[in-house]
Amino acid sequence: MATKLTARRRRKASPTSESPLVQGLLIALSLLFMGVILLLPLYAVFHEALSKGIGSYFAALLEPDAQSAIRLTLLVAAIAVPLNLIFGLAASWAIAKFEFKGKAFLITLIDLPFSVSPVISGLVYVLLFGAGSVLGPFLKSYGIEVLFALPGIVLATIFVTFPFVARELIPLMQDQGSGDEEAALSLGANGWQTFFRVTLPNIKWGLLYGVLLCNARAMGEFGAVAVVSGKIRGQTTTIPLQVEMLYNEYNATAAFALASLLALLALVTLVLKSALEWRFSAEIAAGNH
Amino acid sequence: MGFTLAYFSLIIMLPLLALAIRSAGLGPMGFWAAATDPRVLGALRVSFVTALIAAAINVVFGTLIAWVLVRYRFPGRRIFDAIIDLPFALPTAVAGIALTAIYAPNGVVGSLFAPLGWRIAYTPAGIVIAMVFIGLPFVVRTIQPILEEVSHEVEEASATLGASRFQTITRVLLPSLTPAILTGFALAFARGVGEYGSIIFIAGNIPFVSEIAPLLIYIRLQEFNYVGATVIATVMLLISFALLFAINLIQAWSRRRYGYGH
Repeated sequence: MATKLTARRRRKASPTSESPLVQGLLIALSLLFMGVILLLPLYAVFHEALSKGIGSYFAALLEPDAQSAIRLTLLVAAIAVPLNLIFGLAASWAIAKFEFKGKAFLITLIDLPFSVSPVISGLVYVLLFGAGSVLGPFLKSYGIEVLFALPGIVLATIFVTFPFVARELIPLMQDQGSGDEEAALSLGANGWQTFFRVTLPNIKWGLLYGVLLCNARAMGEFGAVAVVSGKIRGQTTTIPLQVEMLYNEYNATAAFALASLLALLALVTLVLKSALEWRFSAEIAAGNH
Repeated sequence: MGFTLAYFSLIIMLPLLALAIRSAGLGPMGFWAAATDPRVLGALRVSFVTALIAAAINVVFGTLIAWVLVRYRFPGRRIFDAIIDLPFALPTAVAGIALTAIYAPNGVVGSLFAPLGWRIAYTPAGIVIAMVFIGLPFVVRTIQPILEEVSHEVEEASATLGASRFQTITRVLLPSLTPAILTGFALAFARGVGEYGSIIFIAGNIPFVSEIAPLLIYIRLQEFNYVGATVIATVMLLISFALLFAINLIQAWSRRRYGYGH
């Protein structure tokens, strides 16, 4: 009892920490700010989505345009995410295991899409494939539509989700070095064997982490896709675009119902991401995104 | 290696090159005339001023939250730590309509301010709120790892030399966090300037008052005014590159001065 008391008093008087009162106040202030800024919007999505009952919630999700938006979003992610996964692997492999000129510059450039406004990411494809460009009319003469069609949406999505896998893997592979690979090669494994049996198992959790974030962004991208999609209802509207259209038509309940799907995706992403961080923190290069 | 460069050039470099060529095709006079159009200047001003205010708010609360999450132990700490990343995971359009529902005059928070005659949604204040939401994790996640690295010995030394806790924090801890705080500020600011989805619903989008630059690019594109859109985009890109360059300088400086950074 006595030792407990002195221990508590000593902690209270510690010169390298704050008094419990100050601590409590700072914690309360932080949690209040996070509650209002972060949690309230999340709660609002589900509250508004269910405001007219569970029946109209599911009716909004089963509506044909909503269904086609969901299908399109899944299709776009199914194309964009694997492509960026392969690129992310190739880029981080090249950067981490080989030495070449302009390496630092390439690393900086990979992050570029993060610092470009999503609207500009869409705009560059309009300039490349739209009327007045060189490529657009050329492809059109072969019957290939890029803008206001699936290819444009996929390209814009790839652009904005480009860095996720690569920037997760580069520091991880640089850390691990190429010792394991050299050992495998010297024991007679060929290039592919080395990759699938040595490199891939070493980076699998970091890879999963990058894919998770890449997928969340691919399914939720709005600005870049809005510019290139043309928003043809039932054809080129992804879930976020359909949410915007419903909202602007004063159909807020349906907009929030569809939005709740994306909010659920965000929650699942956060849970998996945290689980990966807690369990495999050593195998995931902790960075900021 | 070859695949990396080819894919990278096709997806990233070629489109950006198209933007640069279109811009250059205008000539300096044409570019200047389009860039100084009053509505363009108005939109750029709205974007940069609101992003500056939002980044400043985020620096204050982001530093506080990083401090609380790293230094204090309380129930639910890990959950709040995970929730910080919500703005990365929640699609911007979803955040936009949710924030509008909350801060509209009949919303949960908006209705508290409505009787006082204060409107948040459909004014520049709404833009700031949306930018605070999307920018917060950049500040917290930049400061957190640095704060974890700061050694306790420095604080103990400061305390044994007779400094009060307040002096230790402002004179010893804050200076070593300054590069991280500046980097977080620049990242949140850059993200705020470029943000589109979460803002357009809450902003009201009145030209010269609450119309942001990315929205004006979008409007110009809808009018098939590709030249106008390209000019605004080029101006924004140039400013973003200047910011990126500044971030790199801060980090290089911090590595020299403190021996760490990222």
